Amino acid sequence: MHKDETHQHMHGYGIYILVWFGLLTLTGVTVAVAGINFGALTIATALFIAAVKSYLVLTIFMHLRIEQKAFKIFLLVALFFFVISIVLLFADYSFR
Amino acid sequence: MNTEEHTVSHVHRDDIGSRMGMWLFLFTELLLFGGMFFLYSVYRFINTEAFHIAAKELNTLIGCFNTAILLTSSLTMALSITAIQKDKKGLSIFFQLLTILMAFGFLVNKYFEWTTKFHHGIYPGSDTLLSMDSGEILFFGLYYVMTGLHGLHVIIGAVLIGIMTRLTAKGVITKDSFVKLESAGLYWHLVDIIWIFLFPLFYLIT
Repeated sequence: MHKDETHQHMHGYGIYILVWFGLLTLTGVTVAVAGINFGALTIATALFIAAVKSYLVLTIFMHLRIEQKAFKIFLLVALFFFVISIVLLFADYSFR
Repeated sequence: MNTEEHTVSHVHRDDIGSRMGMWLFLFTELLLFGGMFFLYSVYRFINTEAFHIAAKELNTLIGCFNTAILLTSSLTMALSITAIQKDKKGLSIFFQLLTILMAFGFLVNKYFEWTTKFHHGIYPGSDTLLSMDSGEILFFGLYYVMTGLHGLHVIIGAVLIGIMTRLTAKGVITKDSFVKLESAGLYWHLVDIIWIFLFPLFYLIT
């Protein structure tokens, strides 16, 4: 019988606990870094760490790492249009 | 024997399709919250100072605590799927119940956070709020709408996981058929990701 191939190599408990540790550590880093004033870089740092955390959740918790390629392409397309929207929005607002 | 094989082969199941459908739904959620993040970013761009002052009202400690709760609940949700894959039904139900418990804990914290703010007179349309700078009014408006909508998602997610727990107990979700639990998990992790962005943008900008 042909079984769903993504389930033949599923994640074990260990990797989830490892990612959870990573997520909590990154939260600690965000809070610690928020106290320091980097000027314009402060928000960039916070967003960068949030993006890294999201990447961990998407790839491991949401199984994207072991999903078929189509899922990854779907997400990239969705994110691509999301980024276009915000870039165009700020291209407009910054030069008013 | 023949009829049994016949019925089994005609049970329609497409797990990949089910998960893909769930992902497509999650993209619509990205647009829903994305629009609000756009609003937030433009208003913050225009009212940078007011946003910094207004954010001082928020309790960073409760925010941190809730972040930890939500991240941990995402962990237990993921663990519950591994447990059912290993045919450990009881363990899976245990992890699912833990997830619901943490969702409840998150909402209790949110309740205390919001009521404290109400006591300080900061709620939509209040005299205290309306006497503030327009940038601060915008900050609190966005704060209530975005964390409120996120809270609504936490409630929906907890109810969904509750239904999955019942299905697991009844033997509908099993080692060989757990795509429903996976989809509920995907929804729950999305709620987590949204909070990952809400937390620094509202609580850590002082």
